[in-house]
Amino acid sequence: MEQFLIEIFGDGVLINILMAALPLLFILPYALVTIYLEMKIAAHIQDRVAYMVTGWHGVLQPFADILKLLQKEDITPAAANKILFNIAPFLVFVGTYASFAVLPFSSHYAGSNLDLGLLYIVAVSALVVIGLLMAGWASNNKWSLFGAMRSAAQIISYEIPTAFVILTIVMIVGSMNLQKVTEMQSGGIGNWFIFGGPFILSKKLLLIPLMIVLFVIQYVASMAEVNRTPFDIPEAESELVQGYNTEYSGMKFALFYLAEYANLFVVSALTVVLFFGGWSSPFGDFLSGPFWNAFWFVTKGMVFVSVNIWLRWTLPRLRVDQLMYISWKVLTPFAIFCMIAVGFILVW
Amino acid sequence: MEIKSPISSTGKKLRTEEMIINMGPQHPSTHGVLRLELIVDGEIVNEVIPHLGYLHRCFEKHCEHMTNYQQVIPYVDRMDYVAAMNNELAYAIAVEKLLAIQIPERVDYIRVIMAELQRIASHLIAVGTYGIDIGAFTPFLYCFRDREKILDLFEMTCGARLLYNYIWVGGLSHDLPTNFIPKTQSFIKEFRKTLKEVTDLLVYNEIFVKRTANIGVLPKDVAINYGCSGPMLRASGVDWDLRRDDPYSVYHKFDWKVIVGKGEVGTIGDCWDRNMVRVLEMEESLKIIEQAIVSIPEGNVQSAIPKRIRPNPGESYGRAESPRGELGFYVISDGTASPYRIKARSPAFVNLSVINEISRGSMIADLVAIMGSIDIVLGEVDR
Repeated sequence: MEQFLIEIFGDGVLINILMAALPLLFILPYALVTIYLEMKIAAHIQDRVAYMVTGWHGVLQPFADILKLLQKEDITPAAANKILFNIAPFLVFVGTYASFAVLPFSSHYAGSNLDLGLLYIVAVSALVVIGLLMAGWASNNKWSLFGAMRSAAQIISYEIPTAFVILTIVMIVGSMNLQKVTEMQSGGIGNWFIFGGPFILSKKLLLIPLMIVLFVIQYVASMAEVNRTPFDIPEAESELVQGYNTEYSGMKFALFYLAEYANLFVVSALTVVLFFGGWSSPFGDFLSGPFWNAFWFVTKGMVFVSVNIWLRWTLPRLRVDQLMYISWKVLTPFAIFCMIAVGFILVW
Repeated sequence: MEIKSPISSTGKKLRTEEMIINMGPQHPSTHGVLRLELIVDGEIVNEVIPHLGYLHRCFEKHCEHMTNYQQVIPYVDRMDYVAAMNNELAYAIAVEKLLAIQIPERVDYIRVIMAELQRIASHLIAVGTYGIDIGAFTPFLYCFRDREKILDLFEMTCGARLLYNYIWVGGLSHDLPTNFIPKTQSFIKEFRKTLKEVTDLLVYNEIFVKRTANIGVLPKDVAINYGCSGPMLRASGVDWDLRRDDPYSVYHKFDWKVIVGKGEVGTIGDCWDRNMVRVLEMEESLKIIEQAIVSIPEGNVQSAIPKRIRPNPGESYGRAESPRGELGFYVISDGTASPYRIKARSPAFVNLSVINEISRGSMIADLVAIMGSIDIVLGEVDR
């Protein structure tokens, strides 16, 4: 992709800007599709049909929603800290968007082929916390403050098990480059890390149970990181009204919304890269190529997004202390144990 | 719980203080326009002060200006608007006591069927919205789907879906429509299945149990001291149900049992128990309806309605078990056609008074769980 663009535009600043803007072309349609998907899945779980009027089965409804949000009055509360209040949604979105830079959409395309890709994702997604705290604090609303404090505590806690899972994968691959992680898993479904990776059979059999545990840890932690049920504590509707974004309206609210959905894809994509072979085709060389790679990557990502939606509309919500309990006393020890065990298996 | 004050990096003690925060009147989980003034220490609730009156409509004063006892019934509907039939029943009992009239047995049977259907509808709302309070949105819609079917039955009978004006003093506004009985029977059959669905999805859900077991425990003695009634009292282990202990209408003719909280997953009288009592009570109501519907005697439902209601000077207290507890009407007559005074003892109001007692020291999320488990209807709290 980069070569192709260089051929057209030449090597320069422009090419870097273009490469950086490409994920945006993905996020916007993706958000529309996911909003639609979420509403339809929720409706079918709940024995209803959701919107049916705007377009065929309501496919135009997300556009109408966005239009409505664009038209809305942009309110800044009189008592809010105006600067922080206005910066916060952008910071949240930037934190999420920056993660897209290293996602390996295809063997020939990643916004930036960083060698420290995994570390970068962990670091950049933590930036979101600052935005959320800012939003909650600057709103000058006690409920928002509660939401912000909760989300900060939650996201930071759940980054620790995620970091251990990522470390384990880094140990196996020997690189933090997401493309390298994916390449190691390419060559068929059996090479995915969830199925033990490309090792000899005896090693594989030992790795599979550990990998499944690690996958569960990563997936649970990722749900917490995107603030969705059963971990939607920061915006617990029945407790905190809307949490940190209570006071936001119009496009600034839409940015929070967009960031949430974008983040949902980032964490799903990370799961796909770490355990499900990233862009590699499940059939080895069959249906493999730059375009098919992108197809597999997005499809796998969307599967996990859908699972997330499914869980959201099925489960109740945990309480703050229970959430912390799960992170520190369940996920983190298990993740550490798995990491050590994988280390021994690799050396053996 | 003693909380150590945090120390800053310079070694100076940082000051923390309690925060006053208003929950309501526009808060999603206060189930209406209740305002709770919370004194919180971080997430921990130290004190809950309920502020009432946002929905006060001078029900009792209005009644004194009615020119007829029957005219009060539409007002009574609007007290506990999710269980209007039960309100009408309690009021009708009070006035009939005052008039000392005998009503046909058919009327009593139909009243019991309606009251029990209404109880199921009301408990469905309680259980469904409790799911929302805990964060599960889906069971709520399942509950409402089933409740719609009950409302359809009511609509078939008297034309209204929420506020019926159906149970009159001395009789009913309409007799049962011709296909009411088969439709109710098919509803009961379907509902047994869907009730199990809701129970499996919500009540025994691991997260739901974690959120509600051992939370907001209401001990037996506190419940009695505060005058709690209904599922709230029964969940605390007190075996008390007006339908059995002070039988009115024809409840004594049916075979059913009073559900008492057992502390199946936690302590007796916790939020889970209160919710479970409601779920199990729906099954008992189904039993009553099933028995009543096959044994309705023939008769004229309007034959006993007095042409002019002009009770002798005197007073009476009529009570009935509404979905929320003991609903009583104290009626005083001065011999004229309009009531001299009507006082309602609303169970939701009494049950709400216990909230500070059982939520002290819990977290904000627990307070929401406790609020939902009390199952208040603000129309009845404020009247």
